[in-house]
Amino acid sequence: MFLSYNARIKNPRVALAAGIAVAVLLQLGGGSIDSYTTQVILFAAINVILAVSLNLVMGETGQFSLCHAAFMAVGAYASALLTGKALPALFPHLAWTGASWASQLTFLPVLIIAGLIAAFAGLIVGGPSLRLRGDYLAMVTLGFGEIIRVLLQNTNAVGGARGMEGILPVTNLFWAVGAAAVTLYMMISLVHSTYGRGFHAVRDDEIAAAAMGIDTTRFKVTAFVIGAFFAGVAGALYAHAVEFISPDGFNFLRSFEIIVMVILGGLGRPVGVAVAAILITLLNEWLRDLSQYRMVVYALIIILFMIFRPTESLGPILGRLTPQRFRGSRKSEAPKVA
Amino acid sequence: MRDSHPLLEVRNCSLRFGGIAALTDVSIKIEAGELLGLIGPNGAGKTSLFNILTGVYRPTEGEILFEGGLIAGLPSHAINTLGMARTFQNIRLFGSLDVGMNVRTSFIARLRNGLVKTVRRGRSFRNEEEGIQEEGRRLLSYFGLEHAALHPSRSLPYGDQRRLEIVRALATKPRLLLLDEPAAGMNPTEKEELKRLIARVRDEFGTAVLLVEHDMKVVMGICERLYVLDQGKVLASGTPSEIRSNPKVITAYLGGNHGEEAV
Repeated sequence: MFLSYNARIKNPRVALAAGIAVAVLLQLGGGSIDSYTTQVILFAAINVILAVSLNLVMGETGQFSLCHAAFMAVGAYASALLTGKALPALFPHLAWTGASWASQLTFLPVLIIAGLIAAFAGLIVGGPSLRLRGDYLAMVTLGFGEIIRVLLQNTNAVGGARGMEGILPVTNLFWAVGAAAVTLYMMISLVHSTYGRGFHAVRDDEIAAAAMGIDTTRFKVTAFVIGAFFAGVAGALYAHAVEFISPDGFNFLRSFEIIVMVILGGLGRPVGVAVAAILITLLNEWLRDLSQYRMVVYALIIILFMIFRPTESLGPILGRLTPQRFRGSRKSEAPKVA
Repeated sequence: MRDSHPLLEVRNCSLRFGGIAALTDVSIKIEAGELLGLIGPNGAGKTSLFNILTGVYRPTEGEILFEGGLIAGLPSHAINTLGMARTFQNIRLFGSLDVGMNVRTSFIARLRNGLVKTVRRGRSFRNEEEGIQEEGRRLLSYFGLEHAALHPSRSLPYGDQRRLEIVRALATKPRLLLLDEPAAGMNPTEKEELKRLIARVRDEFGTAVLLVEHDMKVVMGICERLYVLDQGKVLASGTPSEIRSNPKVITAYLGGNHGEEAV
């Protein structure tokens, strides 16, 4: 009778496996892709992770966070210290280069540890400020972003304002695209569940959500910490892709760029947000030749994007292409009564 | 233990905002399964009382006991999981969710599968999701809203939105349901339906109901006992007929000699 209302929620792990398979294939066929294209794909994948994870905080839960790049910085620096100092010191007899077995095999735990450290930072920032309703989070995160940047600038152990260079180029297509696939899978399967509707309930009406028994603080902190975790993972991937990081690379403008991706993708639409992240990455590359006029054109295009919202409408279309079972029962726009 | 206590007991509660006293020394009792009305002129403190009961505000003085346990000062969500649910004077549905999902949000606090199991999507997760969908559908069809399950909650007619709020609150399986002016903005037919609905909630779910309402026909028609609030104080309590003939109530609530409008 109610086709999607009663739809059995099956296992979307098939889609996840497909995403990882693509990552493996890209990596195996990587020899035929030139290094510039490779780098663009890496950046696109990293931006997808950043945007989709911020979308959980801003789009799904409705909390305005202005320091996503700071969590990225935490993950980047933590992972750079791990692969650059900690691991070679622990296992000095192994070969530590970008493509070596030792660094490739240890990269998964490195990514997870970097994510966890960023998540812990997220807990410290979000825990107290998310207890309050309203815009406190925006203020606190704005401050936190600056604190992280200034701290890094003044810590000589991580190169201070000069940054860290010579980070091993461990990130490849497999790690970046694979991590993006895992992130997207986690976000979509999280949101398309009764549990995940808690984030939406908090976004729509906190008082009503609490009156229905939803621990709103816990949901907000959970979203924030998960967001920070994936930002940390993205930071680690980024550091090991560009081989050089400095505090200025993670400033407010970087956070703002991620926010633009989330808004362009249509807040609360993970697929649309992922598409927007890819488009903005490509836009950055296409506009590189314009040198000093770049930011002017960039701003113009963003304004046009905002008016016509092409990616937002792209989200549901792409969403429809994914299997029904993957979407669970989210079909509020098209009621089907048979 | 439970039987020796009233379902809800408010003991000498006061609520002050600075120098303004919203509630002064209010004491009320609700027994399990009772259908109780709360009336009073605008600004009498009815919604303030709701707000201290449901944890939106903490009473400045006094105690609130739910099934014998102190609940004053607990957060809203904890009070809900203890067994008290409410609706709102100004409807507060989750606007971005469809009707079915609005009801299903009420199961979130009682989910057995948390974050990790949700992402893993194992059998236990799928069974629970199916159970919730089934129970949500049953509740909706019980209250005649099944046809709208996939519609955006905002698109519902006003009366149905109020009904949906009641269904959503009931889905948390409360033993006490607080309804804040459910008849506001309804036409006479809808009000008649609402009266039947409230009576059914009590009779078939065994839920006690505390009803705040301005519409005397609704209150007098279904409530077994009434409390009258005026200027933050309990002015009178008793059966509808006692209240109707109470001169203090007529003066305070209806002002001077307009007693004939009381019924």
